[in-house]
Amino acid sequence: MALYRALIELADDHLVLGHRLSEWCGHAPMLEEDLALSNFALDLIGTARSLYAYAAEVEGKGRSEDDLAYLRNEREYLNCLLVERPNGDFAHTMLREFYFAAFMEPFWQAALSSADPVIAGIAGKAVKEMAYHLRHAGEWIVRLGDGTEESAARMQAAVVDLHPYWEELFSGGDCDALPDRAAIQPAWEASVKVVFAEANLDWPEPVYGQNGGRDGMHSEVLGRMLSDMQYLQRALPGATW
Amino acid sequence: MGDVTPLWEVFIRPRNGLAHKHVGSLHAADEALALSAARDVYTRREEGTSIWVVRSEAIAASDPARAGENFDPAEDKIYRHPTFYKIPDDVGHM
Amino acid sequence: MYSQGLIGADSRTEETDEFLAAFQARIDAEEKIEPTDAMPEGYRRTLIRQIGQHAHSEIVGMLPEGNWITRAPSLKRKLALLAKVQDEGGHGLYLYSAAETLGVTREQMTEELHSGKAKYSSIFNYPALSWADMGAIGWLVDGAAIMNQVALCRCSYGPYARAMIRVCAEESFHQRQGYEIMLTLCSGTKEQKEMAQDALNRFWWPALMMFGPHDGDSAHSEQSMKWKIKRFSNDALREKFINATVPQAEFLGLTVPDPDLKWNEEKGSYEHGDIDWDEFWRVVKGDGVMNRERVQMRKDAWENGAWVREAALAHAQKRTAKVAAE
Repeated sequence: MALYRALIELADDHLVLGHRLSEWCGHAPMLEEDLALSNFALDLIGTARSLYAYAAEVEGKGRSEDDLAYLRNEREYLNCLLVERPNGDFAHTMLREFYFAAFMEPFWQAALSSADPVIAGIAGKAVKEMAYHLRHAGEWIVRLGDGTEESAARMQAAVVDLHPYWEELFSGGDCDALPDRAAIQPAWEASVKVVFAEANLDWPEPVYGQNGGRDGMHSEVLGRMLSDMQYLQRALPGATW
Repeated sequence: MGDVTPLWEVFIRPRNGLAHKHVGSLHAADEALALSAARDVYTRREEGTSIWVVRSEAIAASDPARAGENFDPAEDKIYRHPTFYKIPDDVGHM
Repeated sequence: MYSQGLIGADSRTEETDEFLAAFQARIDAEEKIEPTDAMPEGYRRTLIRQIGQHAHSEIVGMLPEGNWITRAPSLKRKLALLAKVQDEGGHGLYLYSAAETLGVTREQMTEELHSGKAKYSSIFNYPALSWADMGAIGWLVDGAAIMNQVALCRCSYGPYARAMIRVCAEESFHQRQGYEIMLTLCSGTKEQKEMAQDALNRFWWPALMMFGPHDGDSAHSEQSMKWKIKRFSNDALREKFINATVPQAEFLGLTVPDPDLKWNEEKGSYEHGDIDWDEFWRVVKGDGVMNRERVQMRKDAWENGAWVREAALAHAQKRTAKVAAE
């Protein structure tokens, strides 16, 4: 079941982050970014679907992608805490996206050569999406970090706020079919270093890293998000939508 | 800050072999953001393989009031067209 | 989309008779008018107002459906709804671009929306109360919009017509997306079917109002028709919509909430009951249940995003200065 568990971790990361981004729809700083954030969300939720579908197949209990997304409780969700962080302002949203994409892009790159053809297939599509997320989020971090006094302060505040959460990206999911998460860290750090230098951002002093997500130990925000997301499936059990 | 985000014109090449074609405009602070926005706004349905963005203010346009003097003089230069010349059918395709 | 004819447009012109006649001759010859062409001030003003209203309708129109993106009941529905609402943002953007060719800026138009000076389609001042409303909005509101927009693809103003062609091509999935939601609900549980009927009950009349006042009461329609900014009358489009939609409701097994609705064999068309125009004008003028919240949400997004837009401009200026110094 190592593969099932690793797929659920990955799928939950994508769905939770995609859901968070979809909350922006209609509220972005400018119309152009409204479309960009929606594209991010569509990519992530699309990948989540593929991962849930495969997880369900691996599990072999006849569950569907929607059963996995809509009928598990917060303690059964295995996403890392970073992706469930509330959107905050545009700086927080872009930094969260940047941290995630800086991990996923090299992760999928490595997964391209997975012996598991389904995973290699998902990676083939996702690696391109993540390369774009990484670039676009990076562009914004540079502009906000090196923009106005206010934007620089907000960007640095986002760095401090998300500091306890990035490390968890490198934990979880040991299985042969997927790349080793810990091995991605050097590539991630290299991306962060380049963008932070250009954005004039300071890397904060180490803090205690929060990392209960892979054990289903979340902060309180996930439960609220799921009660919103799962409302209809819970209100009318068994209905077809 | 009273400045407004500049306007850009967007040109897309639908596929290699075709020319870039004007598709619309958008607002962005600089060329990198303009290219990203053009990608997100104008290629959501596989509309393109290449994008150009140009600041709208950088485009010089001909004056429609002078359309007559600009374009009408070409009208009677029929000797520029192949059908002006009479070649017997026996010569074959030319 | 969702333009509903002109609300208070002023299309008076002061140009000479010769100029106006020459312009009208171009219109009558089905020539397209392009941005740099000479045009009557009234034509320009009417277009700015209409395209602006249309753009605002797309942007405000993101909100009622946006209200359900996070609660969509399956991953497939979530993606479809998000893609649809995103499209509406794109359509707003195309339309603002078309209006900008007439010498108005997006910032000016945005300000007019926020101050209440510019209107948008009043359908969006009704609340989206249940998941079935996502079906009803796609089916009825987009259905009504398509009637209008297909006609506008032949509008005399080139940039507007081109934007409409793009919008119509993209919107072809919107109505089907909505109708499929209705179909699924109507073949589902009793609660689901009730939800669908309730949504139809609430959106039917506002959808009919989207076409604007009856022809006789539509103050500026005549000039707009003459200039081919508008190509069909409000009533003609409304009738077309009803004729197309009633059989679709029957297929779903739902009842159209109009006891006076009946087929007129002679006309080959449906006759409908009286539309409550008092309600229409009340909502247009700001007293729908959602008017204040909708505009407030747009203002919040704009104001909360000001620092982001300023930062991007400041960064661009810094970079330009750096390049110049090198």
